[in-house]
Amino acid sequence: MPARGENKRILAVVTLNMDQVAGGAPIFFARSEEERERIAMYIAKTLDAMVHDLENGTYIIVRH
Amino acid sequence: MNEYLPTIIAGTLTGTVARLVMLHVDYRQYPGYPHGYVTHLSLGFIAAALGAVAVPAILKPDYTAVTFLALAATQFREVRSIERKTLEHLDEKELVKRGSDYIEGIARTFEARNYLVMLTSLLTSTAFQLGKAPAALLIGLLTIAFARSLMAGETIGDICEVVPARLWFKNTVLMVDDISIMTVGLKEMREKILRDGLAVLIIPKNPNARATIHDLGQRAAIAHTAAVIMGVKKDVDIPEFTPVARKNPDTGAVGLYIVPVEKDLEALLLAVKRTPVLESARSKPLKTEAGRLASFGRRNEK
Repeated sequence: MPARGENKRILAVVTLNMDQVAGGAPIFFARSEEERERIAMYIAKTLDAMVHDLENGTYIIVRH
Repeated sequence: MNEYLPTIIAGTLTGTVARLVMLHVDYRQYPGYPHGYVTHLSLGFIAAALGAVAVPAILKPDYTAVTFLALAATQFREVRSIERKTLEHLDEKELVKRGSDYIEGIARTFEARNYLVMLTSLLTSTAFQLGKAPAALLIGLLTIAFARSLMAGETIGDICEVVPARLWFKNTVLMVDDISIMTVGLKEMREKILRDGLAVLIIPKNPNARATIHDLGQRAAIAHTAAVIMGVKKDVDIPEFTPVARKNPDTGAVGLYIVPVEKDLEALLLAVKRTPVLESARSKPLKTEAGRLASFGRRNEK
């Protein structure tokens, strides 16, 4: 069994603020809060992952 | 007819009955399926027969026959590893995992029960040989009662207070009283969790209990038991509803969050209370001087 946290990975980033994000995971830009919520939900459902709010306009989608 | 036959029958019969009794006691921690019962009863029967023939073998005298008790021990260690492997495979597909500690506990219990069966039949056949049926009956009942009392282990309710707790969100962080559980990003999920979720606080009665419930395996066992008894709304694509038990690093209390199928707080309290204390999680820091010193120091600060 893998150690705790070993499998945690950011699968995608959904953001309202393109200036704040960069890097390895796929980034999705949303134009409104509703769109961000919707995109995040769809990605999470597709990947069996969970949405976390960084409370700066950015959601990350993490597999636990 | 063989002069030892009644002795062997008495021992085997009592041992098998003992296994049956213990099978009945443990069905809660192990979902019973008919074939499982058959397997364990048969193994119990074999263990009982092995225990029962030991006395005639010594009286015969055929001392070497006793060595196959050692063979039996090897056999039952095998039972443990088979049981562990099966449960581990099943656990991979569980939504709320039992956890390896719980599995190890169950596997070890199954092994130990076979030894108890052997002991029961050995003592009973000895008693039969020395005092015939009345003695065998007495000893048989006593050992079965003893085996049964061994099996009734401690539960969380014995070592902790379990009380209802408040489930709320600090921004997007899910909280059980003042213990943070996880962050939930989707607003829709947060609303559903507040509507359907339940939370309890598990407060250890002493530092020993605190050390026990801080064991991750023990916490997994609590979450698993609660999920089995109450049902969970979790599915593979909704990890938000995973029952989680997290501790308060300052007070040592553990908060449990769950989204049950049946929202019934009373039932949840009972479910948590009757979770068995795992052998591997149980620890007794108070038995050491350092442990006592540490907890007294803590009390003086308050």
